[in-house]
Order: sequence, then structure tokens, then C-alpha cells
Amino acid sequence: MFNTETGYGWVARLLHWGIALSVIGMFALGLWMRSLDYYSPYYKTGPDLHRSLGMILLVLMLFRLVWRQINPAPRHDITPMEHRLSHLVHLAMYALLFLLMIAGYFISTADGRPILVFGLIEVPALIEAKGLEKTAGAAHYYLAFALMALAGLHALAALFHHYVKRDGVLMSMLTGRPRLS
Amino acid sequence: MFKSTLLAAALALPLAGPALADTYMIDTAGAHASINFKASHLGFSMLTGRFDTFTGSFDFDPAKPEAGSVTVEIDIASINSNHAERDNHLRSADFFDASNHPKATFVSTGIKATGDSTAVITGDLTMLGTTKSIDIETTYVGGGDDPWGGHRQGFSGTATIVPADFGMPGGIAKAPVELSLEVEGIRQ
Repeated sequence: MFNTETGYGWVARLLHWGIALSVIGMFALGLWMRSLDYYSPYYKTGPDLHRSLGMILLVLMLFRLVWRQINPAPRHDITPMEHRLSHLVHLAMYALLFLLMIAGYFISTADGRPILVFGLIEVPALIEAKGLEKTAGAAHYYLAFALMALAGLHALAALFHHYVKRDGVLMSMLTGRPRLS
Repeated sequence: MFKSTLLAAALALPLAGPALADTYMIDTAGAHASINFKASHLGFSMLTGRFDTFTGSFDFDPAKPEAGSVTVEIDIASINSNHAERDNHLRSADFFDASNHPKATFVSTGIKATGDSTAVITGDLTMLGTTKSIDIETTYVGGGDDPWGGHRQGFSGTATIVPADFGMPGGIAKAPVELSLEVEGIRQ
């Protein structure tokens, strides 16, 4: 369950891969739902799903932040430069994810409306400010692309560690053991 | 003979009274003016909204209403249909394309009185970069000195436009939209 000296525990791995897949899915869903015609049967369900998943991801990310604090990351055999760079990219991804979700929340709640999560839970509006949806909308759009670019960089770095450097960095997140398979 | 006609005309001129109309600034600061729209939702109900930000002025002489004129500039991004997400969609290229066409303007080209207190204001409406002539059925509501030392005149107007005529894409834009205008001006 917990991280070890050499690999990530299953909670961290599940959070990492679950959130990774969801966020990529959310990016695709976001672009797709924006392209829908008004008369499409998914015109309402698309955004409903996007908002609901977004709120769940926000909770998961908050939990992940706590989990990260109480679980030291495995030690990898990497150079100080790699350590600094990866730390910077991870930090930026966390920051972008939170800003992205906050911006999305502000689009939907700018007029004071709550966000309905799967028709069950209402997340109330914290700030009602007419016009906020303009800034929040633009921010949400560009942050999403920036996050995808960083995720691409992150994935390339993982592949670089696995295939070029042949260290256990990717495996520590895939299987929890730093063994090359 | 020609000279005497000119002379007579010159003499008559001051007797014609104050021919120049007064200029009024539309009272957007005090929010005594609104640009409202009403559009059909699927044929089931009417959706109402407004443009929160606009400026304008008009020239008006109660004795010669047909000599008047009016100009209005509307900030398209200020559209408010009482739903933030929908407003973002309305600003997008699917509808108003507000980033490329941030302003809509109305410039009157002629006024025709149709009754004691009614007139048709014809003018050029430009939105989405396209200019079309529209008619606004106008009713004079009232005018006079306000309690704070100013002088005001006010009108109500209605017009119907089809957004698709201005190049708005999509099927929704083909349905007519009713405009309802309330305008009060303060004499400058």
C-alpha cells in the first residue's frame, strides 16, 4: 500500500494511472463536447459528465497531495539535474491540474449556479461574479493544452529512463518494483 | 427678384426657431437604458437576455423628430442570458465570435413619424462584421426636466432580426430574435 525505498505502493500507482487516464479522457471529452451541435443528444450529457468527473478529480487530487506528503517517493538512481528537472515538471503538473480544475469550477459557478456531480451532490458556488466565466474559460482552455504538453514531456522522460537509461524509474510506477522486465 | 428671395429667406431664418436638435447621451451610467433580446428555445419557450455594456447618443428635437438621429455601440462580450456557461458559448465562434467581432453598432439612416408619439427608426446594424438595414418601431415615452437639474427624453423600441442574415452560423441563428430597447438620454 505504501511507497517503499525502491517503488511506489499500489495507492500511489492507482492514483497516478487513474488520474492520468481520466485527465487525458477529460481533455478529449472537453474538446469533443465543445464541438457538439446544439441538437446533438450528447449536448447536455457531455458537459454534465465533464463537470462531474472534474469535481471527483479535484477530490482525488487533494487526497493525492496528502498521500504524497505522508509517503516519501522511492529513491531513484538519477543525476542531480534529472532530479531537479523532474521535480520541476511534477510541481508544474500539480499546479496546472489544480489551476485547471479551479478555472473549470469558476466557469460553471460564475453565475452562482452550483455544480451538480452525477445528479447527486451539489457543489455550491463560492464566488458569484458576472463576467468571471470569460477569464476562467480562456484560462481553462489554455491550461488544458499546457498540461497535455507537460504530460507528453513527462511520458517522454519516463520512456527515456526506461529505454535509454535503462533504470527502474518507469517500473517503480508501473509495477512498484524497480526491476526491468 | 432672386436677391429679394434670398433676403426674405435670410430674414425668415431666425424666425424658424431653434432648428438645431439637442444631443442626448444614453444614460447607461445610471442604467436607464437596456438592450434586451428574446429568442425561441426549441419552439418551447422564449429565452430572454441582454447586453450589459453599450454606449450611445441621440439628437432629438421634439418639434422635428424626423430630423433626429441615434448611434449605439454594443460590447458583444457583455452578453448576459442569465447563464455563464451559455454566455461563453454565445461569445464563441459558434455564435457571435466576440473575439473577432467585439462590437456591434447601430447608426440611424432615417426616421419616419408614424403617429403622434410613434416613429420608425431605420438604420444600419453591424454585427459579426456584416451591416444590414433594420427598422426599429419606436414609441416616445416621455421627456422633460429631471429632479436633479438635468433634462431627459426617453423612448421604447422593438425590432426583429434574423442573426443568420448577419452571418451567424448554425441552425439556431435562422430563427428570428426580438429586440426590445429601452432608452433614456440626458441632454448634454
